[in-house]
Amino acid sequence: MEEPTIKNKFVFSRESLKKKFRLSEFLSEKIITGVAFLSITIIVLIFFFVFKESLPIFQSKNKEAVKVESVQKQEQYGADETAVTNAAGQEQYGDVPADRTNAAGQEQYGVTETDSLMTENQVQEEDTIVYGSDEATFKSLTGTQWLPVSDNPRYGLIPLFVGTLKITLIAILFAAPIAILAALFSASFAPYWLREIIKPAIELLAGFPSVVIGFFALMVMASFFQSIFGYDGRLNAFVGGVAMALAAIPIIYTITEDALTAVPQTYTEASLALGATRWQTALFVTLPAATPGIFAAILLGIGRVFGETMIALMATGNAAMTGINPFESVRTLAATIGAEMAEVVFGDTHYNVLFLIGSLLFVFTFSLNALAEFYVKGKLVKRFQGKQS
Amino acid sequence: MKEIKIKTKDLILYYGAKMALNSISLDIPEKEVTAFIGPSGCGKSTFLRTLNRMNDLIPNVKITGEVLVDGLNIYDKQIDVVNLRKKVGMVFQKSNPFTKSIFENVAYGPKINGINNRKKLEEIVETSLKKAFIWEEVKDRLHDSAMGLSGGQQQRMCIARALAVEPEIILMDEPASALDPISTAKIEELIFELKKHYTIVIVTHNMQQAARVSDLTAFFYLGELIEFGKTRKIFTTPDKKQTEEYITGRFG
Amino acid sequence: MSRKKAITGGLFVGLTAFSAFLIIAVIIILLVVIIIGGKDTFSWEFLTAFPEDGMMKGGIFPAIYGTALLVVIMSVAAVPFGTITAIYLTEYAHEKSILAQTIRFAVRTLATVPSIIFGLFGLGFFIKFVGSGMDDVFLGGQLKWGQPNILWASLTMALLTLPVVIVSVEEAIRTVPREMREASLALGATKWETIRRIVIPGSRSGIMTGTILAVSRGAGEVAPILFTGAAYYLATLPTSLSDQFMNLGYHIYIMATQSANVDQTLPIQFATTMVLLMLTFILNLTAVIIRSRLRRKAK
Repeated sequence: MEEPTIKNKFVFSRESLKKKFRLSEFLSEKIITGVAFLSITIIVLIFFFVFKESLPIFQSKNKEAVKVESVQKQEQYGADETAVTNAAGQEQYGDVPADRTNAAGQEQYGVTETDSLMTENQVQEEDTIVYGSDEATFKSLTGTQWLPVSDNPRYGLIPLFVGTLKITLIAILFAAPIAILAALFSASFAPYWLREIIKPAIELLAGFPSVVIGFFALMVMASFFQSIFGYDGRLNAFVGGVAMALAAIPIIYTITEDALTAVPQTYTEASLALGATRWQTALFVTLPAATPGIFAAILLGIGRVFGETMIALMATGNAAMTGINPFESVRTLAATIGAEMAEVVFGDTHYNVLFLIGSLLFVFTFSLNALAEFYVKGKLVKRFQGKQS
Repeated sequence: MKEIKIKTKDLILYYGAKMALNSISLDIPEKEVTAFIGPSGCGKSTFLRTLNRMNDLIPNVKITGEVLVDGLNIYDKQIDVVNLRKKVGMVFQKSNPFTKSIFENVAYGPKINGINNRKKLEEIVETSLKKAFIWEEVKDRLHDSAMGLSGGQQQRMCIARALAVEPEIILMDEPASALDPISTAKIEELIFELKKHYTIVIVTHNMQQAARVSDLTAFFYLGELIEFGKTRKIFTTPDKKQTEEYITGRFG
Repeated sequence: MSRKKAITGGLFVGLTAFSAFLIIAVIIILLVVIIIGGKDTFSWEFLTAFPEDGMMKGGIFPAIYGTALLVVIMSVAAVPFGTITAIYLTEYAHEKSILAQTIRFAVRTLATVPSIIFGLFGLGFFIKFVGSGMDDVFLGGQLKWGQPNILWASLTMALLTLPVVIVSVEEAIRTVPREMREASLALGATKWETIRRIVIPGSRSGIMTGTILAVSRGAGEVAPILFTGAAYYLATLPTSLSDQFMNLGYHIYIMATQSANVDQTLPIQFATTMVLLMLTFILNLTAVIIRSRLRRKAK
C-alpha cells in the first residue's frame, strides 16, 4: 500500500496547536447571538412605541398657561435624558401644528420620571378650570360614551370594554366546551385513523385567515342566526362571538389535546385496572390530570379573541353600546383601533387614545400569556399533579 | 518499545457530581493498536472521548489531570481543539454518514481544511477509500447517497472519511459492535493494515476482537484502570483477579 | 356494570364525538359555502384582470400581486432572522440559561400579541420613527418614507410571522442527529462549519415548512396592514418599496363592508374570499404534510 500523498498534511506541533483566532467563527457566533436578541428587542420596542404614542393623553394640558413656567423648567431639567429623547421624538411629527408640538414638548420637561402618575392626576384635577378641554378628554376615558368625532369628543372606554368582554364571553362559552370535548374525543376515544384526520383538519382551521371567517360570519352566519332567532340587527355580539369561537377553537383544541396526551399512561392504566370504564377514566382521571394545561388553553383562547380585529370589525355591527343583551351590536377595543386609526389626524387626541387602547390590549394579552406560561405551566402542574400521584 | 504517542496523567473526570474516571494514568505507544475493554459503563468510552476532547460537547463535564499527545497537554488553555481533532480522528460506534454522497462524505474533511481543487479532492477520496478497503465496492457509485450503503460499508466509509483528514491517531469507539461477522472481519483486517501508519485506540466489549487486533490491552472497571499491558499477557496471565474474572466471563 | 352507567358513558362519548364532528362540519360548510359562492365568478380572467367600474366589476390581479409582493418581502426579512434565532436556541444557548429562556418567552409572547398591535407598532415605529427619520435625514423633511407603504407593511408582517419560522426551524434542527454533529466535529470542523454544512442542510425541510406557514399567515392577515400600507384601490401596480399596494384580505374587508353596493359585488367578494382561502389552505396543507413526514422521520 502506498504512503499517503496529501500535501496539505496538517503538521502537529506546539505552534499549530496554538489556539487560533477564527474570524468567521467569532463573527458567526456574535451575529447569531445578536439576532437572537431580536425577539426580546421587538417586544420591548412594541411596548415602548405603542405606549409612547399614547403618552400625550397623560401629559398634554393647556398650552399658554404653562408656557412660561415650563421654559424655566426646561433649563432646570435640561440634562434630563428622557426629556431630550421625548423632545426629539416630538419633533418628528411634522404634521402636528408647530405650536402644539412645542407645548407638548415643553410640557414634558416639566414632568420628570420621578413625578408619579398620581400627582399628575391631582395636578390636573386642581387645574380643571384652566385646562378645559384636555382635562375633559382625560376624564372622559372612564365615561360611558365613545364619541371621538363629534364637536365635543368623548372617549369613554367603558362601552368598548363591555363590548370586548361580552364578545369574549360568548366566544369562550362556545369554543371552550366544544374544543375540550373534541380534544377528549381525539385523545381518548377516537381510533388512530380518525384522530389522524381530526387533528390536522382542526390545525387547518387555525390557518384560515380571520378575514375569511369574518366574511363567512357577515354573509352567511349572520343571516342564518337571524332566521333562527328573529332579532332585528343582523350583526351583533352573538354573531361576532360565535365567529370568534371558530378562531379560538383550534388554539384551545390543540393545547388541550397536547395536555391530555401528556398525562402519563400509568394513570389511565391504573384506573382501568381498578375496573373503571374507558369513559370514566377519561372523565375522572385524564381530564382532571390535564387541568392546568386546559386552563392555559382557555387563557390563550381568551387572548386570541380579546385581540381579534377583523372578525370584530366585520361581524359585530360596531356600535358602542353598554347593554348586556347578547343580540345587541357591540364595538370591541381592537375593532375600534382597526376602524378608526386610518381616519385620524396623526398626533391628535383621538390618535393618542387609540394608541392607549392598543397599550391596554397589549398589556392584557401579555399578562394572559405570562400567566399561562408561569403560573399555570409551572405552579399548577406541580400542585395538581403532585396531589394526584 | 516504540515511542509514546499519548500519555495520560491522573486523569479524573466528573459528570456533574458523579466521578466517571478515577485517576487514569497510561501510555499509548505509536503505531500500535491499543484496546480498551471492560463491562458497559466502566468508563472506557468516556476515556476514549477525552483523548480528542469530544467530551467538551457534553455539559457539566469537569476534567482534571493531563492528557499529553506528542508531549503536549491537550487540556492546556492554549490548545486549539479544532486542530487537535484533525490530528486525532474518530470512528463512532454507530456509523454516522452525512446525508450526502459517498464522495462528499469523504471529501468533507479536506474541504473544511480548505482544499477545493476538484482533482486533488478526487485523489484524496480515492486514496482514502482504498486505504479503508472499500474503493472497489463503491468506485462506480461515488455520487450516490452514502445512506444506500450497507452497515459494514458505511462504517468503512466513515473510516475512510476519518483517514481523509490525515490524522496520526485514530480513536475507534466499538466500530464493529453493530455489524455482522463478515463485516467485522473486514474491519479487523483493516485495523491490522492501518496500524502501519497510524496509532490506533479501540474500545470494544468483544474480548475476542481485542485479543485478535490489539497489541496492548487496558482493562477498565467502574471508572478505574485495573490493568494495562501486552495483550497476550492480559489474556493469558493477568496480574489482577478482576481482570481474570472478566476475561474468563465470570462477570460483565 | 349497571345499565344506567353504560347509558351515561355512551352519551358522554357521543357528546365528545359530536363536538369533534361539529368542528369538522363547520370547516366543511365554510369551505363549501365559499366555493359555491365564488366558483361562477372565478376564472383565469378574474385572477389576471384589474378591477373595473370602481371595483364593481373586473378581476383582482392587483390584490394578488400586492399580496405576493408583501409575502416575498416579508419572507426575505422573517426567514433568515427566524432561522438564525432557531440556530441560536438549539446550537449556542444553554437550555437552562436565563437568556435562552427569556428569548423563548419573547418568541411565545410575540406569537400571542394581537395582530392589530403589530399594526400600531408598524405605524408608531416603522412609519413615524424610522420612516420620518429617514425623510428628515436623507430627504430634508420631504415626505417619502414617513407614510404607509409596502416595505413597512411587509416588515410589520415579518415581525408577526417571525415566531412561526422560529418554531418550525427549531423543531427541524432538533431532528438532525447528534451523531452527525459529532462526526463533523471529529473531522476537525468548527462549530460554525458544522452548522453551515451539516445542521442547516439537514433542516432544509423545516425551513421550508416555516416559510410556507409564514407565507400563509402573512397572506391572510389584514389587521397589521390596515394602516401600514394597504390601499383601497390603485390603478397601477406598486413598483417601488415606497408605494402602497392592494391586498386580497384587505380587498375582501373593504368590499364586504364599504362597497358602494355590497349586494351587486357579492359574487366578486365570494370569489376573492375563495382565492384567499384556497391559497392559505393549500399552503397549510403542504406544510402539514411536510411536517408530518418530518415527525415520522424523527421517530
